[in-house]
Order: sequence, then structure tokens, then C-alpha cells
Amino acid sequence: MDTSTASVAGMLAVFAILAVFIAGNAMDRLMGIHATLFFFAVAAWLVGIGLWAGKLGDRDPFDETKYEDTLVKFGVFTSMFWGVAGFLVGIVIALQLTWPNLFYFEQWGFTNFGRLRPLHTSAVIFAFGGNVLLATSFHVVQRTTRARLFGGMLPWFVFWGYQLFIVLAATGYLMGITQSREYAEPEWYADLWLTVVWVAYLLVFLGTLWKRKEPHIYVANWFYLSFIVTIAMLHIVNNLAVPVAIGSAKSYALFAGVQDALTQWWYGHNAVGFFLTTGFLAIMYYYIPKRVERPVYSYRLSIVHFWSLIFIYIWAGPHHLHYTALPQWAQTLGMTFSIMLWMPSWGGMINGVMTLSGAWDKLRTDPVVRMMVVSLAFYGMSTFEGPLMSVRAVNSLSHYTEWGIGHVHSGALGWVGFISFGALYCLTQWLWKRKSLYSLALVEWHFWLATIGIVFYMVSMWFAGITEGLMWRAYNEFGFLEYSFVETVEAKHISYIIRMSGGLLYFSGALIMAYNLVRTAIGHERINQPADAPAVSNPPAAASLQPAE
Amino acid sequence: MRPPNYLFKTGSPEMSDHTKDIDQPTGVETTGHEWDGIKELNNPLPRWWLYIWYATIAFSIVYMIAMPALPALPGLGTNTRGVLGESDRVNVARQVDQLRSERTVAGTALLDASLEEIETDRSLQQFAMAAGESAFGDNCATCHGAGGRGAKGYPTLADDIWLWSGTLDGIEYTLRHGIRHEEDPETRFSIMPAFGRDGLLTRAQIDDVASYVFDISGRDVGDDEAVERGQEIFAAQCAVCHGENGTGDRKVGAPNLTDQEWLFGGEYREVYNTIYNARNAHMPAWGERLDDATIKSLAVYVHSLGGGE
Repeated sequence: MDTSTASVAGMLAVFAILAVFIAGNAMDRLMGIHATLFFFAVAAWLVGIGLWAGKLGDRDPFDETKYEDTLVKFGVFTSMFWGVAGFLVGIVIALQLTWPNLFYFEQWGFTNFGRLRPLHTSAVIFAFGGNVLLATSFHVVQRTTRARLFGGMLPWFVFWGYQLFIVLAATGYLMGITQSREYAEPEWYADLWLTVVWVAYLLVFLGTLWKRKEPHIYVANWFYLSFIVTIAMLHIVNNLAVPVAIGSAKSYALFAGVQDALTQWWYGHNAVGFFLTTGFLAIMYYYIPKRVERPVYSYRLSIVHFWSLIFIYIWAGPHHLHYTALPQWAQTLGMTFSIMLWMPSWGGMINGVMTLSGAWDKLRTDPVVRMMVVSLAFYGMSTFEGPLMSVRAVNSLSHYTEWGIGHVHSGALGWVGFISFGALYCLTQWLWKRKSLYSLALVEWHFWLATIGIVFYMVSMWFAGITEGLMWRAYNEFGFLEYSFVETVEAKHISYIIRMSGGLLYFSGALIMAYNLVRTAIGHERINQPADAPAVSNPPAAASLQPAE
Repeated sequence: MRPPNYLFKTGSPEMSDHTKDIDQPTGVETTGHEWDGIKELNNPLPRWWLYIWYATIAFSIVYMIAMPALPALPGLGTNTRGVLGESDRVNVARQVDQLRSERTVAGTALLDASLEEIETDRSLQQFAMAAGESAFGDNCATCHGAGGRGAKGYPTLADDIWLWSGTLDGIEYTLRHGIRHEEDPETRFSIMPAFGRDGLLTRAQIDDVASYVFDISGRDVGDDEAVERGQEIFAAQCAVCHGENGTGDRKVGAPNLTDQEWLFGGEYREVYNTIYNARNAHMPAWGERLDDATIKSLAVYVHSLGGGE
């Protein structure tokens, strides 16, 4: 057994013992369940490593002359799985909002909207998005450094450790464990586990860059690195808390009052910035030029927009707290930095779209390319909408309304979703070394269903948001509020129905993708592909590394 | 010949004098680097992009000068106030004051007037209705439904059936002191025993009483003996509050059982459950939370909904 496998196994053994200790000292039933679950997961993991090592024989599992592609293949399928699961929960909660009694079971607490909502957000952002980022970053960093992933078994630890975190988070939400911090609901022990996993991720990424065989570091890797480093910082600071005891699932945050609110939105906003923006820009910077076989439009633009984006983004969080107890100077900071962020955000869109110069015909012939370019269009739209909504006067209307929900979903479904789907289509075709996807016609179906779904979603939420925003601020001639809260809720019912059907369309598109990817991976190919399909473009990349210069 | 591109200028290859790698379709020089087959063109920043960015920065600087912007750094004592002197706290206080003064004139008149006077004075009545509707939507509709349409367990206020009182003063009293709100000594109070749970009656006896209640609400149970037995138990156990004929008693909030209107459901199972477990619903005393003018407005509003007496 090599050192990396031994170290990972040793580390897992320590965590297994810790889990037994916590299970033995559990003060509440939920902590007992989680510690036991964690123990059995880690024990199964250790057994798996043992069985795998026993079968190795003379084979070097971490052959430095080959890329680690098996891990990326796993990542493609976990991404697909979590994506479908997360979208499904989204539909369930959209239905709950539309018809509150439809899924209301008093005796089953886990069906409550309050528990399913974080399940949805975490599943799509961290489980789906996170797995796409893990898979693509491991793929891209190897190809652009011409080096195998650093750390032998360590990247596998990152991968499975991250899945374990997802399971802890998801089961915790369903059982009612939460620290009530938006997009950071898992309790202290899950947070600590994620910290360990994330530091290992950083090590793998830095180690791979360190041993690179290219003189320069490719732009996609700057973006991945900014994502990994900043998420580590955000995660640690936002989750600073004191557990009640080592055997308790409950903890108390270190911050209170408006400081706590600002910490949470500093985290929340930059999770959007550094998880959902820079991470996925990294994906864009590799998969678009690779798929269309054209150079990146402008190196200079990539430098300027990278540094300006990461410098400006981190200050914009206070725009989530306009007209609150947050001091007004901090609100000014949030608003002005959001406005200055507009062009740095658009730099990525320009660089991505203009990379098609000289290959515009691929928009017509390759639906995967079209999907990725349309994702940039949604990116451009929502990064304009964001600064617009951060303007205090606009925010006084849009804040707390469905407009915000529409805004995040145009970014999430349009930008993050589409660029991820594009990357998953590319990865499946390339990693399994297929001439083409199983069916490009199904990609067309996916594209159109999902696009129409997003439009349904966005437009209905704009309408609902502006309607309720105006209703909330309406006074009658005697100086009393014109509408009661419940009337503003009633006014959104039709919009909710449209939103839910938009989600359903998007979900069916994702199911079609899953089917297409599985058939592609198995090696099937539909015979009647369109004549001008880019079947020969991007011949499968060699699995072995090119010799260093 | 490619058409000139005004939106995205391309770098001029003639400007460079080192070994050039020119991208064929665009004629633009690359940076000379390559990763996994990906190259980078050396296009300049798009001018329109750069100028819009400068404009947003310029706007931000102006905005920061105009508005509170910089924190209280050491030696400054306070954050910058901005040359416009804008302040959210001052603004919101002014807006609340303005609204309050708009309401004060009519509000004071409301306080001075009796509920009957409010109902008969057209301008006072309009004001009270506006205030009442607004307060009802945010405080009462959660249970009683929009417009007082009621729900199972929560009385409909838009009909002429009243448990305690349907007069202006009676409604005001209920609003102010609540029902079975034990923190308020003047709350409307009564308790129906849980006949089954507390062992006052056997299950068979409860079946009989339920049959009798069914009978007096004008429905045929089909078991006359049970009804007769139930009548005896009713007279002994229930008539004290619900009256000999089951028509209820407002003094103790005991509902009329003969009118086919059921707060907790009129199915046989539901009536049985009510007798077995009792209900004793609760309404908070709003006098603790709402001011006098709002309570009065609410009384006028609720009185107007349907069956005010």
C-alpha cells in the first residue's frame, strides 16, 4: 500500500474512532444517528480501500504517466444524480408553495417546506454544482498542466469525503438539524468535516499546479484556485460557532445581531460569487474553447476581468441588507461595488462568446456549443440584473419579493445549469472516448425544454415580485396599507403555477440529458444523426500524458 | 475581406516584432502559449467595455461623496455623512411621523366617539373601516380568513351566528380581552368538560348524546332509543350551558346545537370527538397588542362584515 493510501486510511480510522466516541456520548437522538451513520460510512469506505488494495497486485494505481480519469468519470455521474435529485426537490417545494396542502403531512416533519427548502438549495448548489466543479476542475487541471492529479489517493478522499458531507447535510435537514444560516445550514460537525475535505482539495489542486509541465498557468486554473481558496475562507468564518457539547448537534454562532447578518450575507453573496461564478467561469474557459476549437478571445481581458472580479465581488455582500439596521455607509459600499462589478462580470461573457469568432456556424450545428453560449447570455443578463437590483431605490421594491427568486434562478438555471450541462456532455463524450454523443437530437430537446422552462420561471417571478412589491407599499387614502399580507400571497398563485411548470420543463430536460449521457457512456450511438453533426470534431484526447518538452 | 468590426477591435499583428503566431480565421496574434490545444488571442480590451466600466467607477465615486460611505476610521469619530446629508434613519422617522399625523386627526376623533357614533358618522365610519380592514388583514385573517370567512375551528365573522356577542360593544370586548386568554382576568371564559377523556361518560353514553345532538339538529339517526337515552344524559350534563332545547347560551359562549352550523364539523365522528375531548378554543386578548383606535376600528369593521347586531 502506498503512502497516500495509507495516510487516507489512517485519517479515516481516526475519524471512525471519533465517530464512535461521539455516538457513545450523544446527548440527543439526532447526533446519535448522525455519528452512527458517519461511522458506518467511513467503515465501509475503509473496507472498500482494503478490498481495492488487495486486488491491485503489481499494478501502480497512481501511474504518473497517466491522467486520473476514473475519478472524473465518477464525478460526471454523481453530478448527474445530485442534479436530478435537487431539481426534483425544487419541483416539490414549488408545488408546496402553489398548493400548500398538497404535500402537507402533519406526522412527517421531513415533508415540511422549511426542511425541504434547504435540501433543494444545498442539493443544487453544493451537491450538483459542487460535483460539477470537482469533476471539471480535476479534469481541466490535469489537461492544462499535463500532470496527473497530485496526492494519489488524496483526490479520492476529497471526492468521497464531499459526498459524505452531502449525505450528512441532506439527512440532517430532513431530521431537522440546522444552524439556520442560509446556504450554510449544516451544523458544526458537518462543517468541520467539510473543512478537512476542502483543505485536502486545495492541497490536491496546488500540488498538481506545482508539478505542472507547462510553463504558464492556464486562466481556468486561476478561476478554480480563487474558488477553492475563497470558499475555504467564507466557509470557516461564516461557520464560526460554539457547540453545546461534543455530543450535541446544536451550536451557537459566534456573531450576533447585525454583525451576524452581515457575516451571513458576506458569505451568501460570495458563495454566489466564488462558487457559482468564478468556479463556473473556469469551466467556461476550458470547455468552450475546447469544444469549438478556437483560441480564447483575449488574454488581456481575461487578466483584467479576473482580478477586478475577485477584488470587487468580495465587498458587494451588504447590498442584501439595504434599509436594515446595517449602517448606511456599509449599504453604500455594497451598492457601489455591485455597480462597479457589472463590467468585470461581463468580461467573462465577452471572452466566452467572442471565442466563437471564426466558428459561429457551430452555434447552429452543435447544440452543446449552443447550450454553453446561451448560458453566457443568461450569465450576462443576471450579472446586469444583480447590479440593477443592488441600487437602493430598485431594491426597496425588489427586496424580499419573488423578483429575487427569479434573479437567482435565471443565474442558477441559465448560467450555472447550462454551462454544467455543456461540460457534462463534453466530459462524457471525451472521457469514454466516443466519436459523438448518443443523440444530438436529444440534446436539442434538452436545450429547448430547459430554455423555455427558464423563461417561464423568470417571467413569472418578475411578474409576481413586482406585483407583490407594489402591493406591499400601496396605501389607501386614509393612510393605511391597502393590502393585507395574505392578499399579496393570493395574488401570486397563477405565477406560482407558471413557475412550477417552468421547473417541470427544466427537470424533464435534465432527465433527457441523464438518459443521453448514460447511453453515450455505454457506447451506444443513434444512427440517424444530422449530416452536419460535429461527429469528428474533438477526437478523444489521449489518456496518457504527452511527453514534457 | 472581413467587414470592419466596430464592437470588438482586433489587435494589429503589424505592431509586434517578435516571432508571431497568427490565428488564421481572425488574423490576430496569439500570446504564443498553448494548453491542451487551447491558445489565447492577444485582442485588446473592448473599448465600450472599458468605458462603461470607467463610468460605473466614476458614478460610484460621486455616490460615495454624496452619501454616507466611509466608516469611522480612527481619528474621524464618525462615518462620513455625505454632502447630501441623507440618512435612512432620519428619513424613516420623518415618514412615520407624517403618516401618524395624517392619521391623528381622524384617530383622535375615533377615540372620542362611541362605537355607535362611529358607525353613524360617515367620515368616521369610512376611516374606521379602512383602519379596521388593514388591521384585520394583518392580525385576524390568519385564523378567521380574509373577510372573516372563517375556517374549521375558527368562527366565521361574516354571518349572523355569534358565540358570545354580536353587538358593537360585545365584539369590542371580545377583541380587547380575548377568549379563554388566561393572562387577562377579564377574558371571556368557560370550559366544556372532556366527557370521554375525563371519564365523565362512557363511550356508549357519548354515542347516545351524539345521537341526540344529531336529532335536535334536524337529522335522522335511525335509532330512536339511543336518541331517548341521549336526551336524558343531555338534560343532566349539557343543558346547563347549551340550554334545555340545545339552543345555546351566549353568556358562556355555548353554541346553538340546533342550527346546523358547526364550528368543529357536524359529521357524526366530529360531534362524537367534540363531546369526548371538548374543544375550548382560544383567542388572544388584542388589547395587549393593539391601540384603542385600532381596536375600535376593528370592532366597527367586524360588526359590518355580515351579521352585526
